[in-house]
Amino acid sequence: MGIQESGRVRNEPSPGNFSVSGMAKGAGPPLIEVCGLAKSFGQVPAVVDVDFEVGEGELFGFLGPNGAGKTTIINMLTGLARPDAGSIRIAGIDCSLDPKAAQHLVGIVPDESNLYPELTGFDNLCFCGALYGMKKKAREARARDLLKEFGLSEAAGRKFGGYSKGMKRRLTIAAGIIHEPRILFLDEPTTGIDVSGARQIRRVVSDLHGGGTTIFLTTHYIEEAERLCDRIAFIVSGRIIRTDTVERLIEPVLERHVMHIAFSRRVPELDKKLASAFPRIECCVQGEGLVRIEADEPVRVGPIVRFFEEQGVEVTEARRMRPSLEDVFVRITGIEAEAMRKEKEKMGGGV
Amino acid sequence: MREWIAFWNILVKDMRAYYLKPPNISWGLIFPLAWTGMFFVKSGGEVSSVMSLLPGVVTLSILFGTTSMLAVTVTFEKRNRSFERLLLAPISLELLMLAKTSGAIAFGVANAFVPIVMGAFLADLSGVAWPSVVPAVVLIAVASAFLGLFIAVSVSEVFEAQTFSNFFRFPMIFLCGLFFPIEKLPTFLKPLSYMLPLTYGADILHGAFSGSSVLPPVADFGLLLLFCLLLFIVSLKNVRTRWIL
Repeated sequence: MGIQESGRVRNEPSPGNFSVSGMAKGAGPPLIEVCGLAKSFGQVPAVVDVDFEVGEGELFGFLGPNGAGKTTIINMLTGLARPDAGSIRIAGIDCSLDPKAAQHLVGIVPDESNLYPELTGFDNLCFCGALYGMKKKAREARARDLLKEFGLSEAAGRKFGGYSKGMKRRLTIAAGIIHEPRILFLDEPTTGIDVSGARQIRRVVSDLHGGGTTIFLTTHYIEEAERLCDRIAFIVSGRIIRTDTVERLIEPVLERHVMHIAFSRRVPELDKKLASAFPRIECCVQGEGLVRIEADEPVRVGPIVRFFEEQGVEVTEARRMRPSLEDVFVRITGIEAEAMRKEKEKMGGGV
Repeated sequence: MREWIAFWNILVKDMRAYYLKPPNISWGLIFPLAWTGMFFVKSGGEVSSVMSLLPGVVTLSILFGTTSMLAVTVTFEKRNRSFERLLLAPISLELLMLAKTSGAIAFGVANAFVPIVMGAFLADLSGVAWPSVVPAVVLIAVASAFLGLFIAVSVSEVFEAQTFSNFFRFPMIFLCGLFFPIEKLPTFLKPLSYMLPLTYGADILHGAFSGSSVLPPVADFGLLLLFCLLLFIVSLKNVRTRWIL
């Protein structure tokens, strides 16, 4: 629980460092252009009128809860699903007319590792290279390089089915880039991976981006999106609520003052009592013993501690928090990040 | 060229991962051996009966070998989502499905020659019209593989693939003239026989082994080919509508 003091891994453009089209400055011409994309499953709308562009070399993130439509959009972009309406252009190729045409330009890392359990790591990579028409010598050399790069050389001769989750994920990413695609689609790359594995994967993604690969990443981890992405789209119930650079998204909350107060026991109607005692602050009770306080001016700890003491409750910790993308996400979508995390963990994920 | 590299590697991967695995090789050998032995014993062990039994046993060996393997392997890959990897590759769906079925076709052809080799020890096969047998065996294997593909794209679980396969295979044993001539079937079942691809394959083989075919070979080959095309087209359509949502 709590907001991490997250430092961005790379690409730290200053606020306002973006182009008119909304793409991050430094990104090339749009490599992915999506316009009016829509998809329903029966009567249930999964994606509703989605528009966005991703520039060459950009790391674009889709951030949203489960069922928001992230994977459906990736499936439509990669040719695994047919849009009901709208157009998709990848490197100028109209994918809605010919979904196969752009497939040699893209690499895909699905949300679940889907390599062949009965093949070794090396054979899996070689097979994936062959699917993209790579010749034997080229794919074998590339497979060896990737195994080394991803720290899997020693496991190269072992069957994929016997790999740990983190190793499976790394090999799946390696398989996605064996043919050196211009665009890499990463669907929830760190879901279900332990902390060190997730950190390794983030480093790999960062390096790939640094190497010039355009990356389209979906995630429900706000910190991950904030650390990695140049631009982020918030997606809820199949609709894009907001798209912008991380810096621009955070801008409105940067001047806000945030404090987390931890206390010993539950106070009935705490939010109402706090609001009447401190009319210039906004508060949000986040569980039995935690309240989040936000204000436009610095929050003074003394009066708040005294307020709790008057309620007969001891304050155990008061921590100033740096405003983060999570604050923006919660403000714009109304969805609590913690709820998103718990939901995913229930489904077997969780970093 | 790029697409053919993919085609060849899908085929080689399937052969290595599925068809050349010891349990499958033994299944491929034991199953036709069991069929041949069973019918040979049933016929009283007469050498003359070998020529009338072989077409049925060969056809059954191909049918059971290919449909089982293909339906199960494709359903298995669909279930663990590795099939998505193939659908995402820059290779046409037609070529992809041909690559997936080629392994099963080769497996079926190999299965067909187990009873033929056994038969060679029991009877004189010098009078057999081999120029008809070889293409017929290949076409029966193609039709059976495409039937397996049709089954695979119609189900979502491996056990369903097995059950659904039997729904097609067991009636075919009795309806396709493998061991019981179609003329002796009740009148209401005869039209059903002619709606099944194996009827034409078995008829070619009966003609080639004992000269007792019902239809001219050209008609049999033409109709068998037509069934192959039809099953392939229907399977592709099913893949497009069921797997690419």
